[in-house]
Amino acid sequence: MAATTTEAAAKRTGRAPGAAAPLTGPRPRATKVAANLVLLVITLCFLLPTAWVVFASLDAEATLSFGLPEAVTTANFSAIMTPELTWRPLWNAFVLSFGSGAITVVVAVLAAYPLSRYRMRFGRYFLYTVLFGTCLPITAVMVPVYSLFVQLNLLDSLPGTVFFMAATSLPMAIWMTKNFMDSVPVSLEEAAWTEGASAMQALRRVVLPLMRPGVAVVFIFVFVQAWGNFFVPFVLLLSPEKQPAAVSIFAFFGQYGSVAYGQLAAYSLLYAAPVLGLYVLVTRISGSAFALAGAVKG
Amino acid sequence: MSRGAARAVPLAPAVALLALFMLGPVVWSFYGSFTNTALTGPTAANPEWIGLGNYAGLLADPDFPKSLWLTVVFVFASAVVGQNVLGLALAGLLRSAVRPVRSIASTVVVAAWVLPEIVAAFAAYAFFHADGTLNAMLAGIGVTGPDWLYSTPMLAVVLANIWRGTAFSMMVYSAALAEVPPDLTEAAQLDGANGAQRLAWVTLPVIRRSISTNLMLTTLQTLSVFTLIYVMTGGGPGTDSSTLPILAYQEAFKFAQVGYGTAIATVMIVVGGVFSVIYIRALRPEVD
Repeated sequence: MAATTTEAAAKRTGRAPGAAAPLTGPRPRATKVAANLVLLVITLCFLLPTAWVVFASLDAEATLSFGLPEAVTTANFSAIMTPELTWRPLWNAFVLSFGSGAITVVVAVLAAYPLSRYRMRFGRYFLYTVLFGTCLPITAVMVPVYSLFVQLNLLDSLPGTVFFMAATSLPMAIWMTKNFMDSVPVSLEEAAWTEGASAMQALRRVVLPLMRPGVAVVFIFVFVQAWGNFFVPFVLLLSPEKQPAAVSIFAFFGQYGSVAYGQLAAYSLLYAAPVLGLYVLVTRISGSAFALAGAVKG
Repeated sequence: MSRGAARAVPLAPAVALLALFMLGPVVWSFYGSFTNTALTGPTAANPEWIGLGNYAGLLADPDFPKSLWLTVVFVFASAVVGQNVLGLALAGLLRSAVRPVRSIASTVVVAAWVLPEIVAAFAAYAFFHADGTLNAMLAGIGVTGPDWLYSTPMLAVVLANIWRGTAFSMMVYSAALAEVPPDLTEAAQLDGANGAQRLAWVTLPVIRRSISTNLMLTTLQTLSVFTLIYVMTGGGPGTDSSTLPILAYQEAFKFAQVGYGTAIATVMIVVGGVFSVIYIRALRPEVD
């Protein structure tokens, strides 16, 4: 996944991948072997916690410690696949993520258009505010958000939570969308304008079709963030039938987690799978694993 | 309507959303921190204005300076040192690795970062648990490991956050290292500079912009880490791993002192805001 980037980078600098890199030492061969070995050791350390989830989910007698299952079973998966335990929380997570993704993309595209196309007096300040918003640790301030939601009577409301999540991902989404839109040449819209199209028509018929991959990346970015978010729905949604998978999985952990590790791991895997799939999709769309990390790089 | 105003109309939904749900909580946080709002009871519906009472309480409460210190330790050890140094090292190692090792290593490191935070927290919990993978491995070489989550909770959450977040730094630095002109390092090599010297005098100065960007971003991300610590240790034992987000949550919802929790959140907003302003000023990104 991330390797595609380093390869692309190698091409750009005109080196074969693996040719003497700036960090290799004076004896290229020995250094290279050492580098590969060190890398493998680090990789193993990084792999162990993740691998536990995969192996425990298939283990009939899973413990907290990583180990190869003596008997491979899918019983952990079939045990948790009930409507209350899995399907409804996953559906709630989908509603939250899709809802906030859709709202964010529409609002971000609308906002990015004037910011990308016109020189406005306050456009600069707006962008600085947006950038400031991307940095603010908003999930760290869930306590005031909670009391604000009490005042607005939005506590335990799915739409309220969807709009809040959309708003918190909006700064980053506007920033990304504007960058994607900047790369669409204005000359194409000028042709539409001379034929009498309004700015909004030009946006819909000319600009949007050209930046479809960009819009997809922004949508997936917001969707993945919302899908993985635990703290926001944990604080804002109280009734179990409204809670998304992240919260219900935590409740499951509290109730059965200390006995049914295999089921906890199976549930975790089931819940993580869409995110992993979408991540691979993004790397395909944008041609690099950087779409999500690189977008943040000012 | 003037032309300028008409052009700004598409910004309206964004402005409304940001004003209500981003600016709203920030303003509410400042306001709420001056009241004695409680979770239930008479002061829940009609909080009273108590001025700087919550802040005076913060200063008098031994938990607050402790939590502030734990937050500094957590951010410094796991983000500033751990993720940045390991991320840079991994980015460098990836460049001199052979292709299969490179793709396996980057996939594994990125996987920890892509996992939903609650799953990552479970994985880290299982790894550091007294009966977890780490102690099983230590037992394999004849060492009886401690109960990491209980006896060294900060070490466990710091290591877990390094595991979770290093991928981001690795990707940022991979891109940065690819931009370093090879002639520069080759020239330094011809002049007799060794690996460490080339890193210190050539590579690091060239990628300094990426370093400062990455330092700020990882700091801000780590400042708001809640789930990882909450699942692994619950902020405990006692308050031994309660960083500011955990402390704010506990004060507000466990001890029902919403006003007090809000004061802690306000401190975090101010700290985060200061960091953001430094970051934006230092970077001066192209906004036009």
